[in-house]
Amino acid sequence: MFEKSKKWIELSGACMLVTGILISTASIAADSSAIAEGKEIAFDRKKGNCLACHMIPGGNLPGNIAPPLIAMQSRYPNKADLRKQIWDPTVKNPETSMPPFGKYEILTQQELDKLVEFIWSL
Amino acid sequence: MKHVFQKLALLAMAVSITLSAQATTPEEDLAAFRNFFKNRFPDVPMEEYTNGVYAIDPIGRENWEAIEEFPPYEPFIDEGQAMWENPFANGKSYQDCFPEGPAMESQFPYWDKQQGMVITLPLAINQCREANGEKPLKYKKGPINNILSYIAFESRGQTTNVEIPTEDPKALAAYESGKKFYYTRRGQLNFSCATCHLQNAGMRIRSDILSPALGHTTHWPVYRSKWGTVGTLHRRFSGCNKQVRAKPFKAQGEEYRNLEYFLTYMNNGLPLNGPGARK
Repeated sequence: MFEKSKKWIELSGACMLVTGILISTASIAADSSAIAEGKEIAFDRKKGNCLACHMIPGGNLPGNIAPPLIAMQSRYPNKADLRKQIWDPTVKNPETSMPPFGKYEILTQQELDKLVEFIWSL
Repeated sequence: MKHVFQKLALLAMAVSITLSAQATTPEEDLAAFRNFFKNRFPDVPMEEYTNGVYAIDPIGRENWEAIEEFPPYEPFIDEGQAMWENPFANGKSYQDCFPEGPAMESQFPYWDKQQGMVITLPLAINQCREANGEKPLKYKKGPINNILSYIAFESRGQTTNVEIPTEDPKALAAYESGKKFYYTRRGQLNFSCATCHLQNAGMRIRSDILSPALGHTTHWPVYRSKWGTVGTLHRRFSGCNKQVRAKPFKAQGEEYRNLEYFLTYMNNGLPLNGPGARK
């Protein structure tokens, strides 16, 4: 009796572990595709056009108007704060040279989400 | 205690009224404008700004000097000279409208009290044409650029000298309107003229250097490589507005004429050296 429940516990434990691994692999895959798409949006002249002002790893001929986009997770430990900054940079700095990518609908919400994934990964 | 309080209140009121009445004069604006660039680019002499971005971009300047050996605007000057010298159908000519021309670039833009508006050179040319039974020319592309090139070339060496007559308060209002336009953010990209040409002058957007506002009006019309032809200042205003995803205003409309009035005043003292060649 005890033996049976022990085996059941082991089996369900193994199932949960496998499921857990599958789920986290799936979300890592989703994250990395969001990051890849975010990179495309960042480098697209008609969308993020981030290279106009920012040096970005992987980008050529960046402008120098704004800080390079590196060490982003130490600068923005909270990803939501990074999203807010890209949404409307005039909130933190009314004299900013950066367009309000979210507030003025330069990017869609989905594009903004993907862009944030990419920028935060730098 | 009540007396002290009242005195303090009056003092505060007096101070705030004085401060709010101290709007800057155009002369003060001009001094501040020049000082901004003196501090930003301490090694650039004031007269050099007449060369626009080439005052601060040594590599661009080399390329520009090479281009200037065979200036792309030369054919336009020749066409413009022919336009100037050919009489209208009624026998009159541009010389009759403009006795001091063609070397007259420095007279524009000016405030015309009678017409109650800023008169720019292209506008004056069309007013001359229409007064003599000729069709007006378009203001951005086409033959206006020929006659403007000729006038600019003949006027080289004159000094920018825009006046804001004090007897007519509407002149100052036009200047202030142009100034406000310059510093107002617009477009989906939310930029003012000042964002790029003051705040970020000398910085690189991708690999292009942002030109300083000081020197922006000295060399029009301009052969722009991007246009593959000569174009007017108002064509460039229109293009800049479109670049920040703002709806452009009408060439030679009130907004751009007032903007030109303000911007040219900010360039007072700089030598004229049009027509110019740019990227």
